[in-house]
Amino acid sequence: MKILVCISHVPDTTSKINFTNGDAEFDTNGVQYVINPNDEFGLTRAIWFQEQQGATVTVVNVGGPDTESTLRKALAIGANEAIRINANPTDGFFVAKQLAEVIKNGGYDIVIAGKESLDYNGGMVPGMIAGILGYNFLNSCTGITVEGTNVTAVREIDGGKETVSSSLPIIIGGQKGIVEEKDLRIPNMRGIMTARTKVLTILEPVDAAINTKAVKFEKPAPKSAVKLISADNLDELINLLHNEAKVI
Amino acid sequence: MSILIYAESAEGKFKKVALELASYAKKVAESLGTTVTAVTVNAGDVSELSKYGVDKVLKVNNDKLAGFTAKAYADVIKQAAQKEEAKVVLLSSTTDSIYLASLVAVALEAGYASNVVGLPVSTSPFQVKRTAFSNKAFNITEINTDVKVLALAKNSYGIFENTSSLTTEDFNPTIGDADFGVKVVSVEKVSGKVSIADADIVVSAGRGLKGPENWGMIEELASVLGAATACSKPVSDLGWRTHGEHVGQTGKPVATNLYIAVGISGAIQHIAGINSSKVKVVINSDPEAPFFKVADYGVVGDAFEIVPQLIQKFKAFKEQQS
Repeated sequence: MKILVCISHVPDTTSKINFTNGDAEFDTNGVQYVINPNDEFGLTRAIWFQEQQGATVTVVNVGGPDTESTLRKALAIGANEAIRINANPTDGFFVAKQLAEVIKNGGYDIVIAGKESLDYNGGMVPGMIAGILGYNFLNSCTGITVEGTNVTAVREIDGGKETVSSSLPIIIGGQKGIVEEKDLRIPNMRGIMTARTKVLTILEPVDAAINTKAVKFEKPAPKSAVKLISADNLDELINLLHNEAKVI
Repeated sequence: MSILIYAESAEGKFKKVALELASYAKKVAESLGTTVTAVTVNAGDVSELSKYGVDKVLKVNNDKLAGFTAKAYADVIKQAAQKEEAKVVLLSSTTDSIYLASLVAVALEAGYASNVVGLPVSTSPFQVKRTAFSNKAFNITEINTDVKVLALAKNSYGIFENTSSLTTEDFNPTIGDADFGVKVVSVEKVSGKVSIADADIVVSAGRGLKGPENWGMIEELASVLGAATACSKPVSDLGWRTHGEHVGQTGKPVATNLYIAVGISGAIQHIAGINSSKVKVVINSDPEAPFFKVADYGVVGDAFEIVPQLIQKFKAFKEQQS
């Protein structure tokens, strides 16, 4: 079984978000980058398949040379090999097209991508890959098992969950639950050393339409100060919620 | 040329997000000088949509579509868009619609913007404002394709009545076996509780509650307010509550009218997850808790004293209102 895990290189969740160049670009100054958390859950699940069912795990990222540290971390966690597609990932369709090309050429059985990345939060890449390739697609996945070519999975729905069945090959939009937070792998020293010798292939991008572009960024307007209400005067809170905020 | 919306329904009734989407679509249609067509799937009575500006409904009634199947539903929307020669296709931001939207976009060779939070900033070039960086910022996105797909963030526009004279048409798109490569085996919905996705009010609690045995008062407060319950990440990591209730950057985003946080200090990732909520109330014994910096209203004090009092006061308020 060949598994491909798509990895986004995103600012750490604690990062302060600022913009530069007339608010046209994200300011990377002082920002730590990590594996997109939704992808990290998927990677851990893929490593589980590697250990339990003999799968091989490839990680792939669309990005410049600066993203290789993130791919090396994924190798240190246990991925067998890595691919970097040497392009700036500005548009979801462009990224999906690059990944679809790798999938088509690599013959992967399972492709796991986080249901969204925590930078642009587009939530579009896994579905677009499936749309481009015509593969079965499962989004918001919180559990997956594979027997032969049969896939049984659980996905989150509004107000509950559903169990679905499908067959390989499949594209998965994964999230927390596909493994639990406590089961996430941290690279150990042996993993870090081994990662240095694993293959990281660099591919040039294929031609693809760029359908959207980020023109400008804005930060939310500063909030007015909190109105503190005395614990002895909770009627005032109800009054404010009803008459001022008009939410009850 | 028209604007097409996918009006989501459940058990024959339109979801609130569908009415918000119709209201939004009407306004976009006015600015583009066109009309709004809705496509519905097994929706029953569709007349309600005329109140919110929909001019035409393509009604799909097909037993094969009784359960949600993304590929098949995306195929329905694609064919409806092609029939109407729609230049703008609008979906909500429910879990199902987000599942569909990227499939629809690829099928229509359309640029797609998700998490849209307002009317187009410009229609030529077509630019919309959307959230990015987990609600820590906004991004103006330009879509360059002839057909555009947008997913509207929940509670970002509102519901506005705008009566239209509605025409309806039965629509029978072609659905093939290839649309059913993913089959639903079983569905488990949490019954009798308001889900975070449907809720206008969410009552959320954190480690300040000291243990899962103390969640009774949170559930009671939620019940009085007709609210959903939620929790912070450490609480779901500790297994006190299911991770379906975990709100934050790696959990569920919440965009409600009222978010009440009890005993949650306000980690940056949690705040990112709830920042789209309109009004935030924070109850915490620590006056230095970072959550107070983003709250609209705050009460400094012991949750175990305040929440029971609030339950009684909200009960009395509700009785007085009824």
